[in-house]
Amino acid sequence: MSNLLDLLLAGLATGAIYAIVAVGFTLLWQTSQTINFAQGEFVMLPAFLVLAAMHAGAPFWFAILIGMLLSLLLLGLGFKMLLVDPMLRHGVLPLAIATMALAIGIKEAVKQFFSAEASPFPSVVPAGDIQVFGHAVSLQSLGVLALAILAVVGLTAFLNRTSIGHQMQAAAQNPTVARIIGVPVERMILLTFLINAFLVVLASLLITPIYLAKFSSGEVLGQAAFIAAIVGGFNQVRGAIVGGLLIGIVDNLAAAYVSTQYRAAVPLILLIVIVLFRPQGILGRAEERTI
Amino acid sequence: MTAVLEVTGISKRFGGISAVDGVSFDVHEGEILGLIGPNGCGKSTLFNCILGQLTPSDGEVKVDGKVVTGFRPSDLNRLGVSRTFQLLQVFPKLSVRENLILAGQEHQGSMMSRLFGPSDAGLTEAADRMIGFFKLDHLADEAAGGLSYGQQKLLDAAMAFMGGPRLVLLDEPAGGVNLTMLADLRERLAAINREKRATFVVIEHNMEFVMSLCSRVMVMAEGRVLAMGKPEEVRANPAVIEAYLGH
Amino acid sequence: MTGMAKYWRIALGAIVIAGLIAVPLNFNRYGLFILSQWAVMTIAAMGLNLTLGYAGQVSLAQGAFVGIGAYAAAIMTSQGMPLISALGVAVVVCFAVGWILGYPALRVQHHYLAFVTLAFSTLAFLVFRNEDWLTKGIYGISNIPRPNIFGFATNRPLPFYYFCLGSLGIVSAMLWWLIRSPWGRAFQALRENPIRALSLGIDTRRYTLMAFAIGSALGGVAGTLYAPLTQYVDPVPFNLSLSLDLLMMVIVGGAGFFFGPFLGAAIAVLLPEWLRFTQGYYLMLYAIAVILLLIYSPTGILGVLDRYLAERRTKTASALRAVAESRL
Repeated sequence: MSNLLDLLLAGLATGAIYAIVAVGFTLLWQTSQTINFAQGEFVMLPAFLVLAAMHAGAPFWFAILIGMLLSLLLLGLGFKMLLVDPMLRHGVLPLAIATMALAIGIKEAVKQFFSAEASPFPSVVPAGDIQVFGHAVSLQSLGVLALAILAVVGLTAFLNRTSIGHQMQAAAQNPTVARIIGVPVERMILLTFLINAFLVVLASLLITPIYLAKFSSGEVLGQAAFIAAIVGGFNQVRGAIVGGLLIGIVDNLAAAYVSTQYRAAVPLILLIVIVLFRPQGILGRAEERTI
Repeated sequence: MTAVLEVTGISKRFGGISAVDGVSFDVHEGEILGLIGPNGCGKSTLFNCILGQLTPSDGEVKVDGKVVTGFRPSDLNRLGVSRTFQLLQVFPKLSVRENLILAGQEHQGSMMSRLFGPSDAGLTEAADRMIGFFKLDHLADEAAGGLSYGQQKLLDAAMAFMGGPRLVLLDEPAGGVNLTMLADLRERLAAINREKRATFVVIEHNMEFVMSLCSRVMVMAEGRVLAMGKPEEVRANPAVIEAYLGH
Repeated sequence: MTGMAKYWRIALGAIVIAGLIAVPLNFNRYGLFILSQWAVMTIAAMGLNLTLGYAGQVSLAQGAFVGIGAYAAAIMTSQGMPLISALGVAVVVCFAVGWILGYPALRVQHHYLAFVTLAFSTLAFLVFRNEDWLTKGIYGISNIPRPNIFGFATNRPLPFYYFCLGSLGIVSAMLWWLIRSPWGRAFQALRENPIRALSLGIDTRRYTLMAFAIGSALGGVAGTLYAPLTQYVDPVPFNLSLSLDLLMMVIVGGAGFFFGPFLGAAIAVLLPEWLRFTQGYYLMLYAIAVILLLIYSPTGILGVLDRYLAERRTKTASALRAVAESRL
């Protein structure tokens, strides 16, 4: 029983991280029809930027700040202006392929300029266990979960309660009408990219201590976020959250109860099942049949 | 004698809004029914419900007595129903002739015979005849995307007629077409109607076009049928005038 | 097309074919290996081009189908069966799997095939890796024999290259015939205007499914050639990366153009080789090159060419029209 609780908690914690990444992914799709195949690499990169700053002598918390600023600049502003803007008018698919190429580029750059080996990364939450009702619970899992919940709650509050949040939603749902009523759509789209950059930095800080910093860690994470976004319902932020949590739990449970060889198959089977029987995702809205 | 098209109680709701509300009408063989009404009254939505692009929330559609509600457009096409579109829908990269061959190819044989049987099976001749009928001869090999708007509209109509349909629904065939071509178009439509006993339902805003071509006219407003009758009657109907002016 | 343009095209084609046959006579073993790899990848890319470029569906499982073909060939030829029987098995299995995968996904929504093929790709990799009673798992199947074609052994690089080239030629001819047939017209209609296609009676669902199944079968064909080419098959190459690479080949070459896959495969296979002198940086440069190309021409290389030719054609056409109208 306690084992199950541990698994669930760890699953929720990883799931919360997947959720953050999936939310950013969904936001990019909603506002600018961008399918970012490099999202996993976006999560992998900030940790390396922080490590680089630390190698240059900066203390941990300052390095985090530097990493955050660089990420906002590169993965937010730079990504939008250099890759997305020139390509978006040509359609969804060429841009998606370009992000695939970008993923390769980032991965290889990290491998070349940092190292091909895994590096440890300091955790922003304390390690160790605390006692809850006579049962040892991992502080790290709790800490990750708490921070992730905070981020998600903060983001939801921002989207639903602030004027800027409303404008962002309007720009995402119907840019033409939004423009007419005076919403600065271009600026809102830029804001979405910056928010995504912020989210991936957060995810990076939370997940890298657990799985170490390696140039190849983007692949698995990216795929998990992708599946989470689809399972939750590709057009809903709430769905991305639910999807992420679900994938995290399912993945952790599978690791324990399914043969290690086929553990990775479980989220995929979930994906196929959802696509076939509830294609709009768990929380998504059904789209009118066009064919 | 059963009507070619029987529409009974069709409604289509989007959320809380009724785009089409309880529309019923019949169309008999050889008739040309005009469908008019102010913008947003539900004409195109009604077409889409009849033709399978949308599934109606309520109601029934019958073609030649057979229930076809909710059938996919490709199934309806094989029953002899075809349509043109308000926003041009030709295949821009294919030539005019190829567009027409494509329009006609699914009406004979099966998928397998299309692959292994004689490839054009007289379709090229049929296409050329259609090209001649619509006087597009000099453009037969041009890419459809390079034609002028009016010419593309003619092609659009021609494509709907390949395959000899029983019932054709035309969505604003005169929209954006210049006056000389308009006369041509009207004349060609009337000719097909005469020679092939094809039945038409035509959505149009161009009053003169509708009044001169159609044998009966149906007026819609706010998703419902407002009036139905001969063109002159409808034109004089005060409720109809009100509906147009009131907007 | 004017008579002159047609002659130019045929002449160009003849020169290229002659070059492909004659020039490699002087190549070393490695050069011939790379060229054979190009031929095999082109076949797989042509299959994906049919699915994506003509029927407009994104498939992320083409790499898995290549894997199925490769394992079929590896397992069967290692047991002494002729390659052609493996070819038959690969084609039937990949076609069937394609049909099964596609049928429910297409009933549902347009772009969900992408997701289902994504999952299938990874699942296939897991099966290749884990079911070692069949596939020898991570150890792989080695010493795969090269086929005997009408009595000619293809063990040496040059004869095997000609075998690959010949296979490419046969597949190309068959695909050309398919595209020119009523099915090919229907595929083009699917891509250009599925709504209109549907209202013209074209069963878009069935044609899309057919394109996907045939495209997948071609992936299997490529795999059947891949096994004797490398003479060693393990799960590693047949993961999602291969599917993404093939997708990139199709788009970079020009999706929907018949010769797009030829160009795309050439770039994907040859460019990293040319860049090898940059050592660690070559993949980065490759990535940057692909991004720049896509920004400049999202319709790929042949897209640029097509646009240029189309502009010249419309200029000529409108000039002719202007002259004609001025005479009225």
